[in-house]
Amino acid sequence: MSGLAPAATADTPVEPALPQGWELVVGLEVHVELDTATKLFCGCVNQFGAQPNTNICPTCLGLPGSLPVMNERAVELAMILGRALGCEVNRSVMARKNYFYPDMPKDFQTTQYDQPTNSDGRLELADGFVVGIERAHIEEDTGKSVHVGGGGRINEAVYSLVDYNRAGVPLIEIVSRPDLRTIEHARNYVEELRAIVVATGVSDARMEEGSIRVDANVSVRPHGSSELRTRCEIKNINSLRSLGRAIEHEALRHVDLWTTGTGPQQQTRHWDEAAGRTTPGRSKEDAEDYRYFQEPDLVPLEPNPAEIAAIDEALPPLPAARRAALREATGADADAAHLLVERGQDSLAMAAAASGADAAKAVTRLVNDLAVDNWSRVDAESFAALIKMESNGELSASQAKVVLGDLVQHGGDPADHAARRGFEAMDTTELESLLDELIVANPDEWSRLRGGDEADRKRMQGFFTGQIMKATRGQADGRAVAQLLAQKSQY
Amino acid sequence: MSALEIAAAVRSGERSALDVVEEHLALIAQRDPELNAYNLVTAERARAQAAAIDAAVSTGEPVGPFAGVPLATKDNMCTRGVPTTCSSRILEGWRPPYDATVVTRLREAGAVSVGKTNLDEFAMGSSTEHSAFGPTRNPHDLSRVPGGSSGGTAASVAAGFTPLGIGSDTGGSIRQPAAFCGVVGMKPTYGVVSRYGLVALASSLDQVGPFAANVTDAAALFDVIAGHDPLDSTSIRDFEPTAQAVLEAGVDGLRVGVVKELAGGPGGVPGLASDVLARTVEAVEALAAAGAVVDEVSVPSSTLGLSAYYLVMPAEASSNLARYDGVRYGLRVDGATTPEMTTATRTAGFGTEVKRRIMLGTYALSAGYYDAFYGKALKVRTMMLEDFARVYENFDVLVTPTTPTTAFELGARTQDPLTMYVNDVCTIPSNLTGHPAISVPFGVGDDGMPVGVQVLAPASHDVQTFRVAAVLEAAA
Repeated sequence: MSGLAPAATADTPVEPALPQGWELVVGLEVHVELDTATKLFCGCVNQFGAQPNTNICPTCLGLPGSLPVMNERAVELAMILGRALGCEVNRSVMARKNYFYPDMPKDFQTTQYDQPTNSDGRLELADGFVVGIERAHIEEDTGKSVHVGGGGRINEAVYSLVDYNRAGVPLIEIVSRPDLRTIEHARNYVEELRAIVVATGVSDARMEEGSIRVDANVSVRPHGSSELRTRCEIKNINSLRSLGRAIEHEALRHVDLWTTGTGPQQQTRHWDEAAGRTTPGRSKEDAEDYRYFQEPDLVPLEPNPAEIAAIDEALPPLPAARRAALREATGADADAAHLLVERGQDSLAMAAAASGADAAKAVTRLVNDLAVDNWSRVDAESFAALIKMESNGELSASQAKVVLGDLVQHGGDPADHAARRGFEAMDTTELESLLDELIVANPDEWSRLRGGDEADRKRMQGFFTGQIMKATRGQADGRAVAQLLAQKSQY
Repeated sequence: MSALEIAAAVRSGERSALDVVEEHLALIAQRDPELNAYNLVTAERARAQAAAIDAAVSTGEPVGPFAGVPLATKDNMCTRGVPTTCSSRILEGWRPPYDATVVTRLREAGAVSVGKTNLDEFAMGSSTEHSAFGPTRNPHDLSRVPGGSSGGTAASVAAGFTPLGIGSDTGGSIRQPAAFCGVVGMKPTYGVVSRYGLVALASSLDQVGPFAANVTDAAALFDVIAGHDPLDSTSIRDFEPTAQAVLEAGVDGLRVGVVKELAGGPGGVPGLASDVLARTVEAVEALAAAGAVVDEVSVPSSTLGLSAYYLVMPAEASSNLARYDGVRYGLRVDGATTPEMTTATRTAGFGTEVKRRIMLGTYALSAGYYDAFYGKALKVRTMMLEDFARVYENFDVLVTPTTPTTAFELGARTQDPLTMYVNDVCTIPSNLTGHPAISVPFGVGDDGMPVGVQVLAPASHDVQTFRVAAVLEAAA
């Protein structure tokens, strides 16, 4: 998996405890870089990792006299994501957010303010919890500063370098309502949003490349209250793990401040991953006045109903629907469904199920044996054929794994790979005579399998299965062995 | 010789473009030291281009409609590799890596830019006195201003340095200097000429437009620079520039309205000079004599334009001029931190008028003041659009003076920004509405200085202004 770091790791508490009587209130602002060929307002390539200041032109450098021209694909992607989040798609206008910063070439950011493209959507988490989406608006990214010396801070640095390749890259900012009450839901929300972004082709959403970034608005309140207390906006959150830690730290800080005094100040704060705490940025008093006004160099965006209908029509199945369909068709559990949809392997399991192969086996095979990045050579048809061969005993489980490996590497027909490797299902009469020999050699064990208590019987089944596997060097089909043992022990 | 006559002579081989250019360069060398119309004379480039045109003529290759015609380019139009200063210290040393669309179009039409002309810094002013490179003087009287902000271009055309000139007009910056210098200047409908490469003052008001010594050349210049540009999102699609085609059409039956508030009526322009009013009345009479149906009309919101303009323009300017921060190009004055460097750079690099407008605009957009200032100005703008739309139901064009007075003395108004701003009262409405307007010379004032009469038309009816101007020119 190449996107976000795993949500829950051994050293991350799943849910921290706010002191008794306090409730967490979180809203998230997620920035996603749109996967367009070119930047938002010019023809420069939108590409991560190029040599500094090579994807630049008069417009994205904000040179005097340059003008922006809206990238239609960016608008389309924004509307697609909006519809996937159940948003209203509105007539929208671009606005200027004015503030000075060296990596922002025009010293204003072109964004949307009071008339965003998308508003009033919703995102349903796997457990049915619904998070309101306030808006999802289009804006341009800034360049990237590197401050050399002085601890890497702009005003202490010996000198600073600016790379404008990222300046003008299209972003969509998805602003949730302050509906989240737990850290787990906050993480789930980001994971789910990311899954939707990827499924709709809006972005590759790679956190390590900064193509998805999360800011958290955190406040607390007494349980049972519906008020919204002073919030702090936490920036510089670089992983889902950080998200949880930052929210936890900040919430506890708020509880402490409310308990011991008059509560926190409204502030922007930075998450310090190494120190495990948030540190103050700008407070509301010295917050900048952005002097928003409508961008006069661009015209309003007026989506027509036909355009929106076409987007709805073309919207791919979303992760939640795909998970539900997968569980319905294969009986997969929630975790397996989540994993396979995230990997995009749900189509393989669905194909196997549709072809009449053992769907549960297909899911197990995928979950356990296809946890690789590059599985593009495995097509649905050959995967289904493989599971069918395994289901009807043509291949043992271990043989099937080997053939799956062949499919990952070379693609092709699983029957050809099996034949090339000389895999043939062991004749059941062969198995039976092998078992008869083992019964004769291990009479005590056999009687325990037939007459012992439940646990002992299980152990002895395992013993005989293991012996058979050993004798056949793993070539025997586990299911056939189990059937045989069951049959024989009935006598 | 008019621009079109020069071009015809060059195309036919009767005159060499190089000779034409040399002749005009000599005139500039001789007289510009006293006028200061030019920030930079690009003589070598002009000679090279003229030589290339002559070569093309000799081999029968096509040359444009302005082949070999010298052109003055306002120094806020980006010219690739040639310094573009906006008459500001803050752009010191900056050479744009690209050409403005209008610059490209004119070069392709064969016009030969001989240099970059002086302006009020970042086009903020009405006298070309607010220039980091000193004021430009009026060719008709060196003690007087040429108007502004396109004063350098206006002076260049008036002095015969160039038959053609390019300016920009945000609140009257083409028409007012045209009137003061006795030449033709026209502000097209917003979106008719590309703004790509025009260094922005106020993006929703700025328009590039033509200067010429006569209406015919101005119309021909308009026809070359007008038309859709995909690089400017506010550019109008499918606009067909046909100004030259209507010059002989006359005004018979044309409905002409005289805007009372801007032509001496009660509650109108303060300080409107009697000689300017007299010429305006004579101009209207000339139109009536030529068959136009003339009537007075009231446009009550027209005088509100000034207040609205001095909120919208500085607001947009404060944002447009933020980029001059010392980080990437132009002047940099060092400071201990980045904000200190930016502050020091802007303090040293901008002149007083620019600073004044940046502060006004910053204030007008500030939280808590937006609704009272910028927001209200936008409402006035909408009101004016409705007012003019209503008036144009009954009129084809409107006539006003271009300016309340003839050209004033240098230094007369620099100490009092408000009297300076009032100068723009007749020209500003067209910028706020985005409508086209032309200033055409019509006689002189009591002081012998040129008077300009302004013709306004509804959006996209740019050619109407030329049609009427042609009749006024003939009658003047």
